[in-house]
Amino acid sequence: MSLSRFSQLLALYGPFGRVVILTEMPSSLAVDARGLTKVFSKGAVRALDGFDIEVPIGQVVGLLGPNGSGKTTAVRILSTILQPDAGSAAIMGFDVQKQASSVRRVIGLAGQYATVDENLTGTENLDMVGHLCHLARGTVKPRALELLEQFGLSDAADRPVSTYSGGMRRRLDLAAALVARPPLLFLDEPTTGLDPQSRLGLWDVIEALVKGGTTVLLTTQYLEEADRLANRVVVIDSGKVIANGTPAELKRDLGATVLELTLADDASATTASEMLKDLSTKVTHVDGNLLELTVEKGPAVAAEALRRLDAADMPLLGLSLHEPSLDDVFLALTGQKTEVDTEALTASTGRKGRKAKETS
Amino acid sequence: MTELTITPAPSLAGSSRHALSDTWTVTKRNLIRTRRVPEAIFFSSLQPIMFVLLFRYVFGGAIPVAGTTYVNYLMPGIFVQTMCFGAIQTSIGLAEDLHSGLLERFRALPMSRSAVLGGRTTADVFRNVFVILLMTIVGILVGFRPEGTIFTYLAACGIMLLFSYSLMWGFAYIGLAAPNAEVAQLMSFPLLFPLTFASTAFVPLSSMPGWLQGFAANQPVSVVVDAVRSLMIGGTYYSPSSIWKAIAWSVGLFLVLAPLAVRKYRKA
Ligand SMILES: Nc1ncnc2c1ncn2[C@@H]1O[C@H](COP(=O)(O)OP(=O)(O)O)[C@@H](O)[C@H]1O
Ligand SMILES: [Mg+2]
Repeated sequence: MSLSRFSQLLALYGPFGRVVILTEMPSSLAVDARGLTKVFSKGAVRALDGFDIEVPIGQVVGLLGPNGSGKTTAVRILSTILQPDAGSAAIMGFDVQKQASSVRRVIGLAGQYATVDENLTGTENLDMVGHLCHLARGTVKPRALELLEQFGLSDAADRPVSTYSGGMRRRLDLAAALVARPPLLFLDEPTTGLDPQSRLGLWDVIEALVKGGTTVLLTTQYLEEADRLANRVVVIDSGKVIANGTPAELKRDLGATVLELTLADDASATTASEMLKDLSTKVTHVDGNLLELTVEKGPAVAAEALRRLDAADMPLLGLSLHEPSLDDVFLALTGQKTEVDTEALTASTGRKGRKAKETS
Repeated sequence: MTELTITPAPSLAGSSRHALSDTWTVTKRNLIRTRRVPEAIFFSSLQPIMFVLLFRYVFGGAIPVAGTTYVNYLMPGIFVQTMCFGAIQTSIGLAEDLHSGLLERFRALPMSRSAVLGGRTTADVFRNVFVILLMTIVGILVGFRPEGTIFTYLAACGIMLLFSYSLMWGFAYIGLAAPNAEVAQLMSFPLLFPLTFASTAFVPLSSMPGWLQGFAANQPVSVVVDAVRSLMIGGTYYSPSSIWKAIAWSVGLFLVLAPLAVRKYRKA
């Protein structure tokens, strides 16, 4: 590990002719943030409220939370764009406030909204970033072409970005973050707003990067995304960490099966949720005509639920029992009052993905 | 197992080592944008051309000037006015970059902190050089006949460019302070109208009411117009003191406006 990291750092710093001083460091954390706090609008909004996160080198950590929970604020602070009001953060051992310029040399950032220049071509965008990262002169162009190739943008390389589709922009944005081969990558909602196919494509790209040794901190509202990409998940709500663990651990903590009932209409789903409340261990959730309950002893409870609904003469259109997904985990942690961005959730492949798991 | 960390060698204050090359990279990027949207430069050139035609053929006949033709009197004013209005582009460009999120990307790069503003203003100086060339040709077509040598003409251009450069930093501040590009543009006009019209750009000082003359004679746009006229036309308009005053105004404005803009950029 230490040897590969050493060569990784040399690969990064060697070509620029920087003198590298190597010192012993006790930890192996790419990101180590403690008690980050950020208030906006003169204290009216606490975007982050004592937020902690650790990302071990070589791992992918997913920062999962609904819209407005503070994900972007955290990423902006960790990438030196924003100053925290309290707390501290170290990136590869560098303090984000006191050693910002060192931090900037080891990170790549793909923001929530693709921040590439509309009027420049793909090549020009990557060239610009290459120069601004101070790559050696002769390597700027080859690196740009290599990335365009890697991201399937070669054909569009010399077209202005204004003619790109959303998915192409995202890929170019990610390519721009990779120009200097940073060992640590921040991806802020990398697939939000993408169609399912582009999303899958981007996941493959991210997985390939991780295989190549890149450490990734990625934020997402899509539970399935964290489930698929992340070694560890940090769940954030209202600027605070509310859970932290591997996807499997989070599901185990819920310690339950999810019973999903499809009723005739929205109103009967609500009625049913009242009727069946006592059967649920943690969560009862209504989404349209869909009712979800976290239950113990799945089959027995399902049978009881069927009996009650039958007695009340409420027809059932569908029933399923499944292992909790991160979707359910999130629901259990934040309850129903949380302002989950419903639009984003329905747009997510989360539901489809879960269906796929049920049938398998 | 030991882990390794790196400490950058204590080099020349990190990013400032690259200040010039980074500024040039951002300048090139801004120039590419200008080239790619030629409509912008076409229509922004159209306006000063219309001003030339309007004053040369419509108002000019009614404005008596001493010692030279009206078109000779007019052109230095047009040059300076065009550059002042051109500085709006500085504010629009920065507002666009700020609100498109591009400045966020720049902020997370190991680039020089001064390159964004430096690159914006440098690109705008290039644009002004183009504008001077274009307006010189238009002027000559409608009868503008500068006196003096090529060197005095170039010196006049240098003074205009210097002044416009200083002004751009003020507009950079506006661009970073405005909620969006349109508002940046709207915020710029109320500043520019009194400065360019209550000046000696189009009409002689003596034609204005007494209370206005004090302002009009000493405000920076007039001073620069007088300096340019002194170098381009000379004769009655020869005024070495206005040249020094124009340079002093430009340097002074730069020293005040640039730190303001830089501070705004750091906080934006
Ligand atoms: N620049 C800002 N000014 C005021 N409020 C902000 C600003 N940035 C974020 N916020 C607020 O902080 C909270 C967290 O925002 P954000 O970090 O963008 O959340 P997320 O990325 O999880 O959607 C939200 O309530 C948001 O409105
Ligand atoms: Mg966000």
